[in-house]
Amino acid sequence: MAATGEALQSGEPLQGGEPLRGGDLRRLALMIGPAYLWLALAVFLPLSMMLFFSFMSDVPVAGRDWHVTLENYETFFDRAFYAELLWRSIGLGLVVTLCCVLIGYPCAWVLAKTIRGRSREALFLLVILPFWSNSLVRVFSWAIVLRGNGVVDTGLDLILPFDVDLNLMFTYEAVVIALVHSYLPYVILTSYLALQAIDDSLIEAARSLGASRRTILWRIVGPLSLPGVLAGAVLIFVPVVGSFMEPRIMGGRAGTFYGTVIEDQFVAVFNWPLGAALSFILLAVVLVILAAASPVLRRTG
Amino acid sequence: MGPARLLNGVGRLYLGLVLFFLYAPIVVMAAMSVNRSPFYQLPIDFSTTWYEQLWSNDTLLDAAWNSVWIACVTTAIATTLGSLAAIAFRRYRFRGRTTLFVLLFPPIAIPWLITGTAMLIFFFVLGIGRGAPAVLLGHVALALPYVIIVVMARLQSLPPELEEAARSLGAGPWRVLRSVTLPWIAPGVIAGALFAFAVSFDQFVVSYFLAEPGDSTLPVEIYSAIRKGFTPEINAISTIIIVISMGVMLGAARLARFGGTR
Repeated sequence: MAATGEALQSGEPLQGGEPLRGGDLRRLALMIGPAYLWLALAVFLPLSMMLFFSFMSDVPVAGRDWHVTLENYETFFDRAFYAELLWRSIGLGLVVTLCCVLIGYPCAWVLAKTIRGRSREALFLLVILPFWSNSLVRVFSWAIVLRGNGVVDTGLDLILPFDVDLNLMFTYEAVVIALVHSYLPYVILTSYLALQAIDDSLIEAARSLGASRRTILWRIVGPLSLPGVLAGAVLIFVPVVGSFMEPRIMGGRAGTFYGTVIEDQFVAVFNWPLGAALSFILLAVVLVILAAASPVLRRTG
Repeated sequence: MGPARLLNGVGRLYLGLVLFFLYAPIVVMAAMSVNRSPFYQLPIDFSTTWYEQLWSNDTLLDAAWNSVWIACVTTAIATTLGSLAAIAFRRYRFRGRTTLFVLLFPPIAIPWLITGTAMLIFFFVLGIGRGAPAVLLGHVALALPYVIIVVMARLQSLPPELEEAARSLGAGPWRVLRSVTLPWIAPGVIAGALFAFAVSFDQFVVSYFLAEPGDSTLPVEIYSAIRKGFTPEINAISTIIIVISMGVMLGAARLARFGGTR
């Protein structure tokens, strides 16, 4: 999921260009065709095929009969188990997103409004860098820190006079910590871009007219940077709802979520049609959220 | 300005805390990778044992080799196809241009769990199955949108007069491309290539569903090793990976100058 922020930041650079003439059409097809053929073959056709699979009664391997059915979707609605897990994943998405915004927004503020010059660029890069590095490895690094007798436990033992046993590993909290760590840079990036775009003279003007810090925050900077914050929130919420690797590593038994159940259908249970249906229900949730946020996302571009 | 300076100080302190949160676990992991004790005992007893053991771990070495060559091939294909598409987007106005541009976002915005499992199903139906070709197909598709978007951003800064001048001096479309457009966008193309490399080299989710068990990429191998139980060797290989991917991204950042003030 990385870099969606970059993508949005560059906006929609589609102005200009010349109308097509004669041989241009062939040239255009040659230049743009291969990339889109590849995307069709590896993204759009697979998604369509998966939609089809979600209506199948069985995997169509040799010797097995299958027919078109709604069973897989019925399974989701009949058994409370799946709906509960979807809610649990949505809840996880909300908690992680909220933590990221609460931690990240002030950080973006400090970067955009109080630090000047070259050190700002360097610090910004330092904040963004981890989010471009391997997310699996970063999750694993938390496993080392949080495990029983890990660094956190040992460190607290040294400071505090009594024996501490946090035992954070393999809990819901551990999953949240690892996910916040993974996705925090998103919201810092988008909020920073929104805050940086606010003209400082606007704030100066408000101050000289006697506005308090609180008024400036709530009436000027807050509303102006809201689209950036929301963009970051969506970019975090969507992948977190579909996460399975972080819950598996950090959650142990507490790590069963909607994403891990989908993973199971494909790598353990081999019920691909059910997995496809569950994936499409998740995709529907994602699309609803993206559609609801798209007016705001477009404004940030 | 007493209170303002105090607030600035608090702000900097806060920023420092956030950076600590982001980097501390990575530093701990790196520190533990040079700790002789497999039980992470403190104080650290410096040793390079775990790095030496990596050399005799054939599974991890094979996976590392897979990751590197797949990332290189992905980079070559995605950069070529993506740059061409970006140039076409810039050069021609045609029906459906906006639609094609919007189609770049689903591969980025849909959770990789969904895209990855969809690829697994489709490649199974096609008869490609799991393995390096499937992984490669998937990685290039995920990297393409990033390359196109980064190169297009760079193309925006190309003054149209330059290409027009070349054309009015009699240069054909390919000559304009080779002598004017390509040299101008070179930094963007290189940045796009580094993004593509990072997308592929760090990719876990899609590789996990598409790689052949037993002959997969480094992140997939690390994942299964973690699930079997932690070993200090994973610390060592993870430290190497994070140094590589951060290095690549530092390079890309210098070239693309994303987000910074220009």
